[in-house]
Amino acid sequence: MITVLAPGLLTTVQDLGRPGYAHLGVSASGAADALALRTGNLILGNPENTPALELTIQGGEFQFQQDALIALAGSDFGIEPWRAIAIPAGGTLKLGPTRTGARCYLCVRGGIAAPLTLGSASVHLITALGGRPIRRGDTLAIGPEPQRPPINHPIEWPWPNTGPIRVTAGPQAGWFCRPLDHRTYTVKEDSNRMGLRLAGPTFESTRELLTEGATPGAIQIPPDGEPIILFVEHGTTGGYPKLANVVSADLWRLGQLRPRDKVRFQTIPISTALTLLREQEDWLRALVS
Amino acid sequence: MDAPITITRAGDSSLLVRFGDEISPAIHRRVRAFLESFQCPGVRNLHPAYASVLISFQPLEATHEQIETAARAAAAQTQPSEPRLVKIPTRYGGEFGPDLADVAAHCGLTQERVVKLHTGAEYLVYFLGFSPGFAYLGGLPDALFTPRLSTPRHHVPAGSVAIGGRQTGIYPLPSPGGWRLIGRTDLTLFDPTRQPPTLLEMGDRVRFVQVRP
Repeated sequence: MITVLAPGLLTTVQDLGRPGYAHLGVSASGAADALALRTGNLILGNPENTPALELTIQGGEFQFQQDALIALAGSDFGIEPWRAIAIPAGGTLKLGPTRTGARCYLCVRGGIAAPLTLGSASVHLITALGGRPIRRGDTLAIGPEPQRPPINHPIEWPWPNTGPIRVTAGPQAGWFCRPLDHRTYTVKEDSNRMGLRLAGPTFESTRELLTEGATPGAIQIPPDGEPIILFVEHGTTGGYPKLANVVSADLWRLGQLRPRDKVRFQTIPISTALTLLREQEDWLRALVS
Repeated sequence: MDAPITITRAGDSSLLVRFGDEISPAIHRRVRAFLESFQCPGVRNLHPAYASVLISFQPLEATHEQIETAARAAAAQTQPSEPRLVKIPTRYGGEFGPDLADVAAHCGLTQERVVKLHTGAEYLVYFLGFSPGFAYLGGLPDALFTPRLSTPRHHVPAGSVAIGGRQTGIYPLPSPGGWRLIGRTDLTLFDPTRQPPTLLEMGDRVRFVQVRP
């Protein structure tokens, strides 16, 4: 059992989400930085989809009522990530504000035992599907020990969160007179798990789109011309044209963007995007082989 | 002969299948027939809309070519299953429909006439989308078109029946919203513990039935 002494700014239980319900209007939700969550779970011997706590910008304080093995994954919230750390029963873990990106996962060997809604423990904030953010005094149960042993040495995180975010051309890219490349955008304050709003050079389109499907990472252009990147709690359909799509291999980087961060984009072919994704998956597989 | 479909690689893990460029019951039937027959391993999500289906898939389990082949096969199916008729008991006006008087004033009708027109029409669920259980309904009589509120409400109760521009709809969950509220139903539109979780399905025919508060 874990007792929440301080919840942090916005802390939710997340796994890899609930795909398969978009035709009912339910977006998958899940970890904003799924690569970090998967890595943290693999370090602990957990299945990749094991629920963990997603901490945003500001860490919290947690007391463990039992011996536990944890790993922090993602941004540095004051305790070195990417290694298994033993916490004795009665021990307290205190995480500070982020020193790098937006999010850090507090993974526990065995996982956070949370009820599943439509097959996932992931909290969908806007609809309250899967519950609510954790509060002071909440108690969280730890799930059963997995069979696979933890990795008992620190791992090297090889994925830099620098350079342009890679995108492929979106279905309505031809509606716009230029791509997103070579210009700098700033992440706006009202960005959240539903979407990242960008301030910067605007785009103009005179055509109107008939509402169609949208996925996380789709970069849409609303009438005011400032791009919005749809994120894990996106609407499953939308009426704005899509200029570009963030490649699968860079989706995790969106989860590490903070308000006021600067971003640039680079358009690449789909074949290159898939090569990047394969490299990432090969690295994950090699961790546990 | 049906117009050919167009297939676009929307991203590194998605494919957009388009059946046309307009809102029409005929195109809707093709979209629904497609969804009923489309099958391919590695698919994560299907996003139907008025005239398209966005297929998102796990790109290391399936390729664009495989999804495209399966999509062309499914598009050959143009006959969807027989739709259901779903009745929505609705309390109109008063505390349940605080904007009914404004809608009546805008349309130059009495409140009774607005209710009669709204309950007199049969609506088609073109698709569910945007948020959990939200049905895009077609068939609102022209006489009831009313612009959205200039300032959306912070809180609209679940089950609210509303008009927004040329559309009518039901709010499945409590949420902010800018549509004009004309009534409310006690039916639960979205319940994740139920199978299926949504009351309405794509293709349903819908009628609102007035019940007295």
